[in-house]
Amino acid sequence: MERLLELLKENARLSAGDIATRLGITEAEVAARIAALEKEGVILGYHAVVDREKTDHSGVTAFIEVRITPESGGGFDRFARRVSQYEQVRGCYLMSGAYDLAVVVEGKDLYDVARFVAEKLSTLDVVLSTATHFQLRTYKHDGFMLNTPPTDGPLLVSP
Amino acid sequence: MSHPRKLDLESKLSTQLSGIPRSGIRDFFELVIGRSDVISLGVGEPDKPTPWPIREAAIRSLEKGQTSYTSNLGLESLRIGISKYVEEHFRVSYDPKTEILVTVGVSEALDLAFRAVLNPGDEVIFHQPCYVSYGPSITMAYGVPVPVNTRLEDNFALKASDVEKAITSRTKVIALNFPTNPTGAVEPPEELEKIAALCVKHDLLCFTDEIYSELLYDGAKHKSIVEYPGMRERTVLLHGFSKAFAMTGWRLGYACAPAPLREAMMKIHQYCMLCAPIMSQMAGVEALRLGAEAYEGMRQSYEERRNFVVKRLNEMGLHCFNPGGAFYVFPDVSSTGLTGREFALKLLEEQSVAVVPGDAFGPSGELCVRCCYATAPDLLEKAMDGMAAFVAKYRKAGA
Ligand SMILES: Cc1ncc(COP(=O)(O)O)c(C=O)c1O
Repeated sequence: MERLLELLKENARLSAGDIATRLGITEAEVAARIAALEKEGVILGYHAVVDREKTDHSGVTAFIEVRITPESGGGFDRFARRVSQYEQVRGCYLMSGAYDLAVVVEGKDLYDVARFVAEKLSTLDVVLSTATHFQLRTYKHDGFMLNTPPTDGPLLVSP
Repeated sequence: MSHPRKLDLESKLSTQLSGIPRSGIRDFFELVIGRSDVISLGVGEPDKPTPWPIREAAIRSLEKGQTSYTSNLGLESLRIGISKYVEEHFRVSYDPKTEILVTVGVSEALDLAFRAVLNPGDEVIFHQPCYVSYGPSITMAYGVPVPVNTRLEDNFALKASDVEKAITSRTKVIALNFPTNPTGAVEPPEELEKIAALCVKHDLLCFTDEIYSELLYDGAKHKSIVEYPGMRERTVLLHGFSKAFAMTGWRLGYACAPAPLREAMMKIHQYCMLCAPIMSQMAGVEALRLGAEAYEGMRQSYEERRNFVVKRLNEMGLHCFNPGGAFYVFPDVSSTGLTGREFALKLLEEQSVAVVPGDAFGPSGELCVRCCYATAPDLLEKAMDGMAAFVAKYRKAGA
């Protein structure tokens, strides 16, 4: 991946000027490249990485394994796009292995997710089966370690 | 009953020690200790912990119960790894059996090398500003430290002509460290070649501390003095894991040298250290197996931080050359009307930013401070903001 993208993935709040200094190119070049990446849809958006356990958010997240019958012509695409339309669905991935799609769903509570599965997913006639796994605790999210026990900091001055 | 005489411990100490001043870093360290509000650019180590696969290798070896002594020389698998790595990086080959010694950091390797060759009164030439332990290690080995100053106008590179002036009939060793702590200087090949020629001409030994040799920027390739004609046979190459692999706390390094030199160092090492810790050695095997894969990401990130820091320092009016390696910048702070030590003390007091006074690395660093940029980018930015405000205030006061 190009270095500019890696830098933005680490910290999307870096200014074009900061990136320019770090990479030894001009600010205008950085701005133009970012604009192009956005236009090409390489950069889809920017968001904050939040430790939800530290907020008052009381919702739940589930990973749902879905097995489906591929549709003639569309394969898995049509179904996957359709499921992805739901606002509750945060992610949707075609998988190799024992099931076909992994669907990440956020809901207010267990029942909320259960209702989504029962009413929205299972009722679609291409769905053969679903298995719902609730996320209990987050250890790492989007590359960030969470809930790491504190350690003694490093020295402030050393040779 | 006789009067109990007060025990005077000072008078019992080795007189050799009294010639060694207190470390200028230690002084400063005591000022910041226990303060949690300080942004520190005062360290000589990476901000990130050791890469996980290396840590895991040590954990696995502990789980297997590998907790014993190793050969005095170090694990054979590690010496073979070192031999391969050194050959790849320095284009010089060493026999793992007779020419490599695993040590407790480059620190121990340096000490062994000096003790192995110096007789009382033998002189060692080294460039200053330099890593704090060179002078004292030479003195403790009963040698005579002969510092040669490098200058800001030469980007702290060492001039062969200055070396030549310092050579006497008692000179035994020239000690080099490029890229340099604390300046980040890289030695131009033309000068290195001339220094190599001086070593050969005057039949001198050369100790080359390569601890920052992986951390080079702007696409530069490292060239060590050991590669020049006539040098391998008279050089002790000192290297370790602390900097590139972010392994300062593991205390692991090594020396590569022709067999008679390696044997002499080994003689001291076997009695004073026995061997380096086995868990560190196991981690070292994995570090060398990974090689650049383990450190390239960190190196690239240091380069970007260097670009940022050098630009900010020059913008705020502190003259700072663009150092080609290591992870330090060594700006001249004299435009504030302060010495490096005054600057560091007041900056700590007023902005809670810690940098190290340049004089800790030798008197020729008096007008400079050392800033380590292997610091998280957001902290680095805050530190630069604090320094900019500080410099603006003192420059105005002086104008
Ligand atoms: C130039 C130089 N040599 C040697 C050392 C010590 O290295 P080690 O951790 O391998 O003992 C350092 C550490 O700061 C250094 O900067």
